Amino acid sequence: MTISLAQFLIVAAILFTLGVAGVILNRKNIIVVLMSVELILLSVNLNLVAFSAFLGDLTGQVFALFILTVAAAEAAIGLAILVAYYRNRGSIAVDDINMMKG
Amino acid sequence: MYAAIVFLPLLGFLLAGPIGWWIGPRPAEIVTTSISFVSALLSWIVFVQVALGTAPATVSVIGNWFASGALRVDWSFRIDTLTAVMLVVVGTVSSLVHLYSIGYMSDDPSRPRFFAYLSLFTFAMLMLVTADNLVQLFFGWEGVGLLSYLLIGFWYEKPQANAAAIKAFVVNRVGDFGFALGIFLVFALTNSVSFDQIFAAAPSLAHKTVHVFGLDMDAMTITCLLLFMGAMGKSAQFLLHTWLPDAMEGPTPVSALIHAATMVTAGVFMVARLSPLFEQAPAALSFITVIGATTAFFAATIALVQPDIKRVIAYSTCSQLGYMFVGLGVGGYSLGIFHLFTHAFFKALLFLGAGSVIIAMHHEQDMRNMGGLWKRIPFTLAMMTIGFLSLMGFPFTAGYYSKDAIIEAAFASDREGALYGYVLTAAAAGLTAFYSWRVVFLTFFGAPRWATVGPGSGHDHAAHGHEAHGPEGPTLDPHESPLTVLIPLGVLAMGALFAGVVFSHDFIGTGWDGFWKGALYLGSDNHILETREDIPAFARQLPILMMVFGSLVAVLFYVLAPSIPSRLAQIARPLYELLLNKWYFDELYDVIFVRPAFWLGRQFWESGDGAIIDRLGPDGVAARVVEMTGRVVKLQSGYIYHYAFAMLVGLATVITWYVAAGVR
Repeated sequence: MTISLAQFLIVAAILFTLGVAGVILNRKNIIVVLMSVELILLSVNLNLVAFSAFLGDLTGQVFALFILTVAAAEAAIGLAILVAYYRNRGSIAVDDINMMKG
Repeated sequence: MYAAIVFLPLLGFLLAGPIGWWIGPRPAEIVTTSISFVSALLSWIVFVQVALGTAPATVSVIGNWFASGALRVDWSFRIDTLTAVMLVVVGTVSSLVHLYSIGYMSDDPSRPRFFAYLSLFTFAMLMLVTADNLVQLFFGWEGVGLLSYLLIGFWYEKPQANAAAIKAFVVNRVGDFGFALGIFLVFALTNSVSFDQIFAAAPSLAHKTVHVFGLDMDAMTITCLLLFMGAMGKSAQFLLHTWLPDAMEGPTPVSALIHAATMVTAGVFMVARLSPLFEQAPAALSFITVIGATTAFFAATIALVQPDIKRVIAYSTCSQLGYMFVGLGVGGYSLGIFHLFTHAFFKALLFLGAGSVIIAMHHEQDMRNMGGLWKRIPFTLAMMTIGFLSLMGFPFTAGYYSKDAIIEAAFASDREGALYGYVLTAAAAGLTAFYSWRVVFLTFFGAPRWATVGPGSGHDHAAHGHEAHGPEGPTLDPHESPLTVLIPLGVLAMGALFAGVVFSHDFIGTGWDGFWKGALYLGSDNHILETREDIPAFARQLPILMMVFGSLVAVLFYVLAPSIPSRLAQIARPLYELLLNKWYFDELYDVIFVRPAFWLGRQFWESGDGAIIDRLGPDGVAARVVEMTGRVVKLQSGYIYHYAFAMLVGLATVITWYVAAGVR
């Protein structure tokens, strides 16, 4: 059975939507936000790889590798900030993080 | 040399003023004082050459100030006899006051500033007297006004000094308003501000009219009245005199230089300088006579009862300036200038002498707390007595020649108002003698009140107020002033004694014509100097009789029966209060001008500026902005998911727009 491009795109769209929904709807834990952002990036990666395979152009896969690298770095920095934040404030609940309000 | 006379004091100012903090007080004193002495010496040389000698009057232009259309104003020096007389007066008094100030101000921390101001004042005054056009005259006029303000307010920590300085400035503005209008009118009539051209045009302007406020008025009369308004302000004449007594808040040398000898006589000088104009306006001269006579009498009455030694002398100055204007008003311009000349000596002497008394009494100015000082400061007593004798016109002193000549001229003149002038000036002569002796007796004779007035003592001084005495108490030890203070007194006393004998022949006597050489203009029917000689004996004797009478009353009141003054004050209470409160002029002006001005200002401020401009303008806009931002700021919730949602919506919108645009 061959998997069509449309199916890849549907999966990627679902993943993207899940990620965005996680960012917006999650009220508990900021780690979930980070994970949702990773989901968004993965959905984008999936799109790139799928198009790359179906068009026979490797550029998309190379680009996906770059995104993975950046995502790893971003996750590392995000978690580091998170740890520092937790030490300072004793909470990483998203609802508690609103010091920058007007 | 003329430029040196005028600009040397400016150099002194530049050395003592901007870099005075750097060179220190002592060099600043020495530099300015020696420079002013050089300037005075040169002034005397000019006087000998131009006034006494035969050197011709000159006008030297040193540069163009500005030109606009027909108006052309030059910096220039007009050196004729009138200028030479004023140069001598200004130079001499200024240099002596510089010297005196070294002693008088010796414990003041801002001496460089003081000497810088004195020098700059001298410069401005010299610019005034050497001016060859009305605009340069106005420059000097405003310059001395500014320096007067700065020097009255020299002790700027004192609120009264600041108030007095502002008052002097504001009252002078009233006069200068008229003066400026007068200058404009002169330019409108003659198309020039230069003296030569104005004077040449003046005779043809007689009986010409100008149309103002729907009325046809005599052009020369209205011009001269406006110009005289400036003189009234500067020379503290009746109605605009209120600033002069308050100006005594300044240091005493300032009072001597500015408010006795030089600046306040600028009005007299200006009228004499513009004699060709005033000769064409007999109505204006009558007005001058009346105002001068009123001032002479009115200021003398106030001087009778004032307790402050400097204020007595200040009102005396006011009164003597009135005499000068009477002299000018009856057409005897040289009489006015001669009295200016002698007055500069004896009034500067009196102020400096009062300063010496004030030093001795440790800055006590109230004569009720003095007395018995003749043993302690005999030299000051001698000098002040000479000054007062000259002031009251004791025979053969300087004042005798100049003052009595004015009174005689007022009698001889047939100008309207001259008789009024004669009566009031003769009466004021008696008052002058009285208040002069009153100062001498209260200050120098009788029991010393400075030692007896103190806490717990002085049962007969209850009315005088103990708190006025200050902390010195019985420890006060009056002593003679330093030599730098006494030398100027001596020099001025020589002037007060002999200036009349030496110069009366030239100034107002038969040597008149050869001395003035046309610097003062007299109309063809003006023979006041000759008719003055032919008046009846009683009119000639009256001033002297009045003086003797005033002196005798003073002796009676303050030596023979010292209880009379207080009893008289009890009996004639309202009159005494009227005089003590200076005829309630300050209170009157407060009601007429000051309060309405404050009220009007408050109205403009509160309803105009506050309620309309500020409310609708800056304040209103600012309040709206704050209100709007208060709403906008609520969007910033601080929650990450709100921002993320906003971004998502924005992104979706952009994409939708692109897609939709791409489909189309």
